[in-house]
Amino acid sequence: MTGAAVLTVVLVLAPLIAIFGYLVYKGVGSVNWAFLTQIPKPEGEAGGGMANGIVGSMIILGVASVIGIPLGIGAGIYLAEFGRGRLGDAIRFTADVLNGVPSIVIGVVAWAILVRGHGFSALAGGVALSIMMVPTICRTTEEMLLLVPQALREAAYGLGIPRWRTTLSITLRTATSGVITGVMLAFARIAGETAPLLFTALGNEYWSGRLPFDSHWHRQSWTLGLDQPTAALPLQIYKYATSPYDDLHRQAWAGALVLIILIVTAVAAVRLAVRRSSFGAA
Amino acid sequence: MANAAFPRPDMPGPQPVEQTKVTSASAASVAPLLRTSGGEVQDRVFKSAMILCGLAVLGILVLIVYELVSRSSLSWQAFGFKFFGASEWDPVNKQFGAMPFIYGTLVSSLVALIIAVPLAVGVAVFTTEMCPRVLRGPLSFFVELLAAIPSVIYGLWAIFVLVPLLSGYVQPFLATTLGWTGLFGGPQYGIGMLAAGVILAIMIIPIISSITREVLMVVPQHQREGVLALGATRWEMIRVGVLRNARAGIVGGVILGLGRALGETMAVTMVIGNNPQIVKSLFAPGYTMASVLANEFSEATGDLYLSALIEIGLALFFVTIIVNALAQLLVWTVTRGQPARANA
Repeated sequence: MTGAAVLTVVLVLAPLIAIFGYLVYKGVGSVNWAFLTQIPKPEGEAGGGMANGIVGSMIILGVASVIGIPLGIGAGIYLAEFGRGRLGDAIRFTADVLNGVPSIVIGVVAWAILVRGHGFSALAGGVALSIMMVPTICRTTEEMLLLVPQALREAAYGLGIPRWRTTLSITLRTATSGVITGVMLAFARIAGETAPLLFTALGNEYWSGRLPFDSHWHRQSWTLGLDQPTAALPLQIYKYATSPYDDLHRQAWAGALVLIILIVTAVAAVRLAVRRSSFGAA
Repeated sequence: MANAAFPRPDMPGPQPVEQTKVTSASAASVAPLLRTSGGEVQDRVFKSAMILCGLAVLGILVLIVYELVSRSSLSWQAFGFKFFGASEWDPVNKQFGAMPFIYGTLVSSLVALIIAVPLAVGVAVFTTEMCPRVLRGPLSFFVELLAAIPSVIYGLWAIFVLVPLLSGYVQPFLATTLGWTGLFGGPQYGIGMLAAGVILAIMIIPIISSITREVLMVVPQHQREGVLALGATRWEMIRVGVLRNARAGIVGGVILGLGRALGETMAVTMVIGNNPQIVKSLFAPGYTMASVLANEFSEATGDLYLSALIEIGLALFFVTIIVNALAQLLVWTVTRGQPARANA
């Protein structure tokens, strides 16, 4: 029977190795300077890159983080420090429910609120992703804050430090590494999301804002283009993978490699940071 | 709850340094905190701000339900309950029925569970019961790594690797050996319900496996020792002493995996073939609730069409909520409830 168990491990690890192997094999040859600095060429023409997608992803993820991280941490603080009653339980349950809502449904809702009547925008994409961040951050923050010993809070109160100051500078501070872990995991989760962006950020073949420099490296006034349809790496991978051109398939692999390097680095960094701070305690 | 597929971060615990830093704070640094008599006001402001953040979580859910319900009312008024029973999806003639999508979602998820459950439980049993201690960490790390791969990359891999593999080797084999069941007939394109099920299985293995592992680790050690002392082999010990006690939790993990499979969009959309039909053969293309939203939402013309799509979203939303709540309840009874019942 041990053999059967080993077989399952092999069967589970095989696709993982196959995916990573194929990704590296196909992607490494395709990631080059042009890919990282140019925008897509017109349909059917070889060459070009995903620079606008990389920047667009960063903008959308930035918007999502600016909204989702403070909201999630705040809700987590509420649950840990004040949320003993029925309201706390309701919020806890709601966060768990939100965590299971399919991302495409969140995209539909973001469309209904922000896109309908206003047009596709990076802002709408960012809001959709921020909704996906909140439950994860909220629940990990709560868990981490509850692990901080009560004595630490009482010591602070004993010194006459107000409660808000205690919570922010002592409780939250002590739990920092755990809270950051939660934030990073939420970030890693949304970084590759495609479905909520399909009809919020939509995608774009060009830069959605204006760059600080024009093509001749002259300075110009620049915009982020938050109100414009915006390219994103996952959207571009999706579009290229389902297109009929070989060169676009090649670029889809390159984009996937760039995307996964970003995500795996984040996850590995978090694991390393956590292991270092937990002094080898399993 | 944090996504169970992710490693649960450990807290460093109270650092003595932090503590001394606070207690040894000089009078000068504490004084400004004490001097402000407005501390109470600030406290109240802080508390209200945190309550607002908490309420925002409730607000988001209310907003989701409100938007989905109000925007799908048109389709609800036009079709009522018939919407979920009708199998005709014809935007041109304004006839909308969700049955093909419901069927596709259920069948692809079912195929995924059939493949994923034995594998995931096997991996969990191996990591907790058999595997040398040194391998335990890396193994669970690699399985969790599967959960970190974005859905669109699974789809990309499935299109270029899995689908040719299925059409070239797996489908001819299934057709000749199991063709008589009727499940494996028709043209072998690779793309279709089977491909969707396989890619979903790969995607939900980490969730089922990590929860099963968590549940197995809760089974008390003396339970294992007791069964072994009665003369059981290792396999009997695992079956009787461990798996039977962890039953409810494992089922919870499986249902959580089902919840993810039902709502999974991108990878499925890329390989299922996107054809709203109900066909017995798993080789045939199908369509799921999530993928019809992904494909048709941004180009839907007409209010009724949009409304029908949003109603599909609403149905998907309710189904996944019910499935997830059920799963959480089951996992909770095992990991936080009373210790496993002795000798079930």
